Amino acid sequence: MARHTGWTQPVITTQLLYGLAGVALLSLGLRGALAAVSMLRRLLALNLMGSGVFLMLVALAYRGPGMPPDPVPHALVLTGIVVAVSATALALALGRRLAETREGD
Amino acid sequence: MMAELALQLLDIMLVAILIGLAWATLESKDEGRGVVLFIAFGLVLALVWARLAAPDVAIAEAAIGAGLSGALLLAAVRDQKRAAAQATDAPAEASWEASRGGAVPPAVPWALGVLCLGLALMVAWAFAHALANGAPQRLAGEVLGRLSESGVTNPVTAVLLNFRACDTLLELGVLLVALLGIQALGPQRRPYAPAEPVLASLVRWLIPALILTGGYLLWVGAHAPGGAFQAGAVLAAGGVLLRLAGRRSAGLPGGAALRLLSVGGVAAFLAVGLALLLAGRPFLGFPSAWAGALILLIEAAATLAIAVTLIQAYLGGRVPSADGGSEPRWPATPDGPNP
Repeated sequence: MARHTGWTQPVITTQLLYGLAGVALLSLGLRGALAAVSMLRRLLALNLMGSGVFLMLVALAYRGPGMPPDPVPHALVLTGIVVAVSATALALALGRRLAETREGD
Repeated sequence: MMAELALQLLDIMLVAILIGLAWATLESKDEGRGVVLFIAFGLVLALVWARLAAPDVAIAEAAIGAGLSGALLLAAVRDQKRAAAQATDAPAEASWEASRGGAVPPAVPWALGVLCLGLALMVAWAFAHALANGAPQRLAGEVLGRLSESGVTNPVTAVLLNFRACDTLLELGVLLVALLGIQALGPQRRPYAPAEPVLASLVRWLIPALILTGGYLLWVGAHAPGGAFQAGAVLAAGGVLLRLAGRRSAGLPGGAALRLLSVGGVAAFLAVGLALLLAGRPFLGFPSAWAGALILLIEAAATLAIAVTLIQAYLGGRVPSADGGSEPRWPATPDGPNP
């Protein structure tokens, strides 16, 4: 398999497959985020959307077996995962406060 | 040939499971079930990262994307169930979700579907276009060519802590701002009851193992998959576990030490950057002889900062002051006595 050192057909197929899966996640997540009624569901959908974007980036970075992948998108995705979890935590805290405020009225 | 076929079969299966889990997450009736499906989605996604030769991302996804996000979301489901149980007779607005009660006209879901499908087609076209026309090298050649000057041999760590160090500094800033936001919003969640003997002794075994794993991931990140984010997330998992086992502090120190650790990542980054400026180098432009040591210093501070930030995010609010005065908003409940 290490024979594929260039820009060969199977690599493009793999990239396209995972990249299109990322697109599917992105649009599923977007639809879920727009259609959701509850905040928790909306957050889940937004996280799925983010995962779709990450999948597209990592699919672009893949360069086939035997080739080192592009580390720049990997670093971007790592950063993105941490930012996504902190945004989720902040959103959950906001939701909790909102619920308490409504109860207090 | 056989190996390639097997690999393609694996690809198709992974993608099918991934999209199936995402669909099930969004369609599940019960929110707790949806969260569990989301955790499963994160674990399958970690497998996909491993398949696409991104082991650093795979570790981070398993620890953060699936693990800590899952813990956060499950805690939110618990809050919500409690609120629903407490306010069964209160009006529906008191619940966490504003009930909009089916006032949506039937055309709206269709319009949303068409909109999202259209967007998907456009993004898919852009992605295929980028694949077909982009230079296959992209930035990989540049990074790999100058890896020897970076002070580390893991290219992802080189990008995160050296070539694009400013991004990582700002990211730690984002974490800090999120933490401030969470703490500004209110007190932390109610603690859990002390654990049963089985969980308690499991925790006694797991915590040292998690600390050891965190230290290992931090050290090994210089030349193999790992680094500050993964190490911090593993340490944070230890804190979440302690909290679940009834340890009220979740292993965090109190007062000034905690604040110091929380800002430590940003502080170490800025201190190194400013010291380099004073020495006549660009901001965060490491001299290659010193790069390895400086990166390790920053990463060590960042690991602790990420760990304590994520644990505090899980606690969901201000840590009560040492005299324990600020919190007694919670009445005694079926969850068990507060220690």
